[in-house]
Amino acid sequence: MLKTLRLTLAIICFLLVTLLFLDFTGTAHTWLGWLAKIQFLPALLALNVGIIIGLIILTLLFGRVYCSVICPLGVFQDAASWLSQRMKKKRKFSFSLAISWLRYGMLILCTAAFIFGVGPLVALLDPYGAYGRMANNLLQPVYQGMNNILAYFAERIDSYTFYSTDIWVKSSITLLIAIATFLIVGILAWRNGRTYCNTICPVGTVLGFLSRFSLFRLTFDTEKCTKCGLCTRSCKASCIDSKNMVVDYSRCVSCFNCIEKCKFGAIGYISRYPGKEGKVVSISTTETEDKKGISRIKFLSIAGLFTFTNVIKAQQLLRVDGGLADIEDKKMPDRKVPIVPPGAQSLKKFNRHCTACQLCVSICPNNILHPSGKLSTLMQPEMSYEQGYCRPECTECSQVCPTGAIRPVTPADKSALSIGQAIWIKDNCVVNKDELQCSACERHCPTSAITLIAINSDDKNSLKYPAVNKDLCIGCGSCEYYCPARPFSAIYVEGNVRHHSV
Amino acid sequence: MIMEKKDRKEFNRRNFLKIVGVGSVTSATTLIGCKPDNRVSVEGGSIGEVPTDRMTYRTNPNTGDVVSLLGYGCMRLPLRQKTDGSGEEVDQETVNELVDYAIEHGVNYFDTAPIYVRGWSEAATGIALKRHPRESFFVATKSSRSNTLESGIAMYHKSMQDLQVDYLDYYLLHSIGSSIEDFHKRFIDNKLLDFLLKEREVGRIRNLGWSFHGIVDVFDYVLAMDVQWDFCQIQLNYQDWKYATGRNVNAEYLYGELVKRNVPAIIMEPLLGGRLARVPQQALNMMNEIHLEDSAAKWAFRYAGTPEHVLTVLSGMVYMEHLQENIRTYSPLEPLNEQEYETLEQVTEILVNSDYIQCTECQYCMPCPYGLDIPGVFAHYNRCVSAGKMLKSSNDENYKNARRDFLVGYDRSIPKLRQADHCIECNECLSRCPQQIRIPEEMSRVDQYAEQLKQRLEF
Repeated sequence: MLKTLRLTLAIICFLLVTLLFLDFTGTAHTWLGWLAKIQFLPALLALNVGIIIGLIILTLLFGRVYCSVICPLGVFQDAASWLSQRMKKKRKFSFSLAISWLRYGMLILCTAAFIFGVGPLVALLDPYGAYGRMANNLLQPVYQGMNNILAYFAERIDSYTFYSTDIWVKSSITLLIAIATFLIVGILAWRNGRTYCNTICPVGTVLGFLSRFSLFRLTFDTEKCTKCGLCTRSCKASCIDSKNMVVDYSRCVSCFNCIEKCKFGAIGYISRYPGKEGKVVSISTTETEDKKGISRIKFLSIAGLFTFTNVIKAQQLLRVDGGLADIEDKKMPDRKVPIVPPGAQSLKKFNRHCTACQLCVSICPNNILHPSGKLSTLMQPEMSYEQGYCRPECTECSQVCPTGAIRPVTPADKSALSIGQAIWIKDNCVVNKDELQCSACERHCPTSAITLIAINSDDKNSLKYPAVNKDLCIGCGSCEYYCPARPFSAIYVEGNVRHHSV
Repeated sequence: MIMEKKDRKEFNRRNFLKIVGVGSVTSATTLIGCKPDNRVSVEGGSIGEVPTDRMTYRTNPNTGDVVSLLGYGCMRLPLRQKTDGSGEEVDQETVNELVDYAIEHGVNYFDTAPIYVRGWSEAATGIALKRHPRESFFVATKSSRSNTLESGIAMYHKSMQDLQVDYLDYYLLHSIGSSIEDFHKRFIDNKLLDFLLKEREVGRIRNLGWSFHGIVDVFDYVLAMDVQWDFCQIQLNYQDWKYATGRNVNAEYLYGELVKRNVPAIIMEPLLGGRLARVPQQALNMMNEIHLEDSAAKWAFRYAGTPEHVLTVLSGMVYMEHLQENIRTYSPLEPLNEQEYETLEQVTEILVNSDYIQCTECQYCMPCPYGLDIPGVFAHYNRCVSAGKMLKSSNDENYKNARRDFLVGYDRSIPKLRQADHCIECNECLSRCPQQIRIPEEMSRVDQYAEQLKQRLEF
């Protein structure tokens, strides 16, 4: 009964959180965004007091149900462990002692990292962020691929229901870390259940500490127990010492598997303060068989990347009609200061709050957010304008961010928020190189920060160079994106350390 | 023994089925046979076979050439991806198939130019035509974009070489009309015209003429020159008759002048780059009221072919279906009657009041040096106009669907980096457009429309 409830809720939460990372249309977050915001570390970073208190009360009442139901990495481990048992029937768990020095060591390390502003380490240890990176890097491409197949057929039947999206590797380092996380956590779970949660995860340690004092907890009925050890063998947290009839509450994730396994009804989930009627009804179930499990998730390799040939055909003497000119891929400029999304307020604040969960990266419809490869901000998102720019109507990343690293902004706020400065590079500009007029940057600038100035003011037909009004530039990158100079744009954006309004 | 038995059994069963099958088919045919006019056949579908011997021909008064009213335009040819993936090439097998089919069904005029289809057209047309007796077709090609005598002569020789012929039936001064100075520069000052006239004398050019796009002064000037022009190629269709756009001249005037001087007219753009084949629904309804089964394209071809001084009507046919339909239209031509002319006038009214960009997808502007797909952008825009999906205001009832259709269709038909927003207004394309479309301005207009939809702005 309890297990069924836990399992049902867990599967629902897990699937919906996953959907949040898969959906690139921005519709899911309107309904499901709260699921990211109730995650422990994001709520803590966002100083979301209500949610933190809520989660603490939840744990003090029922134990670590957060780890069993809300945390997607927890449910992912359960799924791996369940699969492992399906594949190898004999695999059983056994009791082991807590490795306290490692648990608390990790917690101290994480706290220290946060205090000293070592964002990437916090990000690496955050269970929700770790799951987000896996979903974004490994699962979203598959989802997009399937969407593109649907779009392909929709196009054939003249339907506009599906449109295809670009699948691209946003950062190879983050992809590698996601694969490593998947393998390490997956293998640990495959072999020993919740090892990760009870030795490494800082959230698990904090909640584990609280759950020692939880109101409802597993309790042995010493009269009924035969010390058969079934409960120990079914405990994925390895926290039941059936010989001594003791449960390590700091490691129990309230999965209720033991209650279901026990043939004698000797384990109950009951209040530590028995009511007037004596014992609270101990619930034991044996009748429920395995129900609908989590569907097997197949991880496919990333679909083909778009490559452009950079070869420019030798110009024929006679200009002939038709055909398309090759378009060279743009390359990312080496920015002195990274650009972070409107709502981040300042680089420092952003770096301290972001757990690199990749939710904003998953959702960005303009393909401009991608995880950083720099050590100090590893995996935290940065903006770059090779494939798009920060469009005026879009505030998706600020709406989804669960940690408050990107505070909510409206399109109106955003149009007056300077996140960077455009810088013109004369050597790259086609007006200089090809000696023809170009107005791409000027025409697309949403704040009219770019004016074209005649090179020779006496000549009416003089070519014109763009001049950037630093007071008006908001750093949206439309000039950089639309600049025809390739592979490096002739105008690019340097980030602002602190965002300010114009 | 058993085998035999089995065989016989099977044979019997098969035979039985056969008999039953034939029987039912016969009875079905007998039943249908009650309606004498039914013409269902495998080859031609319900519209019957494509006639091979009923093509309408016109006679060239100068040389007596008997030319099919349908001329094959080789400005657009079927392309395919190269097997090694390194780009596109002409799908020669399909070209051969189309040309064979056209000749078989009475088409004998083939029009190409050195610059068509990225410069591949002449060679591909030559390969296809080489497989037919030289006297079974007329081939036309052009002197394109050349300024010096040497390059002009070199182009002329190259054309004969690529087409694998030792004489040209029709040779055109390509696309003149931008200005009288330009005409002088290209053909008079460098004595290229004198060279071509000599070639006509010796018979290597059987007919000398020119194709016209541009301002009326040039047309009048060239037509009045002391040269006997054997033909003239003009843009004629029911919209251009009275409502020529850009700097084009009304076909009514051009055709009238040619008739006065007894110069046969060769017609280009009978469909306005396909736009007259995809007219707005309202216009199509008016046509369907008169001929329920006729396509808009058929109307346009009948219009272009009806005037008596028209020698041939050029159509770039990439698909067999189009070739077949056009052959049907002209086998034989049914000239338009008064009532039909009136209908087309009403249709024209709808067309000129629509928001079309007057692009015929001729590809002269391409390739854009910055990678834009100019005709693609305009085609998408025009398709949305034809389908009635252009929004007048953000309060329109169909806003949600029309917005999605425009934006999703836009991304589908043109890669993002080749869309209108990437135009840098370098104006390199301006001089190349025979329709005189202000391409950068129109690009900006399309982009503004797309931006309004993307940003969900009120308009």
